[in-house]
Amino acid sequence: MPRVKVGRKSTAIDMTAMCDVAFLLLTFFILTAKPRTEDPVPVDVPASSVEQPIPDDNVLLLTVGKGKIFFTVDGTDIRKQTLTQMGDKYNVKFTPGQLQTFSNLQVSGVPMNRMQQFLDLDADKRKAYVQPGIPADTTANNELADWIREARKADVALHNKALRISIKGDSKEEYPTIKKIIGILQNQKANKFSLITSVRSAPKN
Amino acid sequence: MAELDTSSGGGKKGGKVRSKKASTRVDLTAMVDLAFLLITFFIMTTTLSKPKAMDVVVPAKDEKVDDQLPVAASRSMTLLLGANDKLEWFIGVPGDTAPETIGYGKDGLRKTLIEKSKEVQASTGKYMVVLIKPSDKANYKNVVDALDEMKITAIQSFAIVDITPAEVALLKRDGNY
Repeated sequence: MPRVKVGRKSTAIDMTAMCDVAFLLLTFFILTAKPRTEDPVPVDVPASSVEQPIPDDNVLLLTVGKGKIFFTVDGTDIRKQTLTQMGDKYNVKFTPGQLQTFSNLQVSGVPMNRMQQFLDLDADKRKAYVQPGIPADTTANNELADWIREARKADVALHNKALRISIKGDSKEEYPTIKKIIGILQNQKANKFSLITSVRSAPKN
Repeated sequence: MAELDTSSGGGKKGGKVRSKKASTRVDLTAMVDLAFLLITFFIMTTTLSKPKAMDVVVPAKDEKVDDQLPVAASRSMTLLLGANDKLEWFIGVPGDTAPETIGYGKDGLRKTLIEKSKEVQASTGKYMVVLIKPSDKANYKNVVDALDEMKITAIQSFAIVDITPAEVALLKRDGNY
C-alpha cells in the first residue's frame, strides 16, 4: 500500500518583506518624533475645544506651575543671543562654554544671579537641580519681562520674525500668576498670545 | 528575493576551481525583532496628540480711555470667576441685578450664555459683550474654560478684565471666594 507522504515544508518564512515594512515604519517614526521636553514642574494642561495646533517653530513658551514660571524659546541661536543680551543687561559675563550649555538647554527657570553657577554644573547635576523659576515680581525684580523682551529682540535680529508667545499653564494654577504674565505681556505690547490646551471633543449641540 | 548570484562569472573557462556555492540568505528574524522594538519605543515616546493653542487677544494697556466706546449696560454681561469652580454672572452694572451662581460646563455657563445672548440680541438688536473677571481664587482652568465657552457659544466680543473690589465682595457674600 502506498503511503501518502506529506511533503515536509520548510518553516522558515521569508522575512525580507516584513523587515522592509518594519524599517519603513521605523524611519517614519524617527523622522516625525519630536522628543518630549521634560517639564520642570508637573503641568496638567486644561482641555478646550480649540483645534488649532501650536506652531512648530518660532515659539516662546512660558510654562507655569506651582507659582513658578519657566522660559523656553526655540532655536539654539536665539537662546544664545538671548542669554548674551541678558548678560549685558545684568552685567554678567558668560563664557562661550556657558553660552553653549545654555543654548542646548530646553527649559530655563533660574534667576540671573545664579545662572552662571547653574550652567557650570555637570549635566546630571543640572538635571537634578530644582529650578526656582524666573522671578517675575511686577515691581522690583522683573527678570521675566527682560527675558521675554530680549528673546523677542533676538528673534527679530536673527530671523526677522516675531516670536509667538504661548503660555502653558497648570489647570490648578491660581489666576494671579497668569494675571502677572498677561500684565507683563501687555506692558510689552504683546497683546496677542496663545494658551496651550489639550483636546476635548467639541460638544454636540 | 534577496539572493544574489554568487556563482563566479565566466572568469575561467572550463573552471576546475569551483568555489562552493553558499546560500546568501540571511536570517532576518533578529533584524525584524530589533526594528519592531525600536518602532515600539518611538511610538511610546512621541506625543500623539499635539497640544492645541488657544489664541487670546488682550486690549492694549496704555490706550487712551477716550478712544474706547462705552458699552450699554443692558448688553454687557459680567462673569465673576470665583473659587471652587463656581462663577457668578449678572447683566449690567453690579447691584442692578442679583448675581446668579452657576457652574462651568454644558448646563451652567453655556446654557446661560446662549440664553442671554439671544435675549440681548432680541431686546437691543446688538450682540452681547461679555466681561470675564477672574478673581484671585479662580484657577487657570476656569479662565480657559470660560474662554472656551465663548468660542463654543460664538460670542464675538469678550474681554478679560481685572476684577473690582466691589465684585470681590459680591463673590465673598455668596461664598464663592
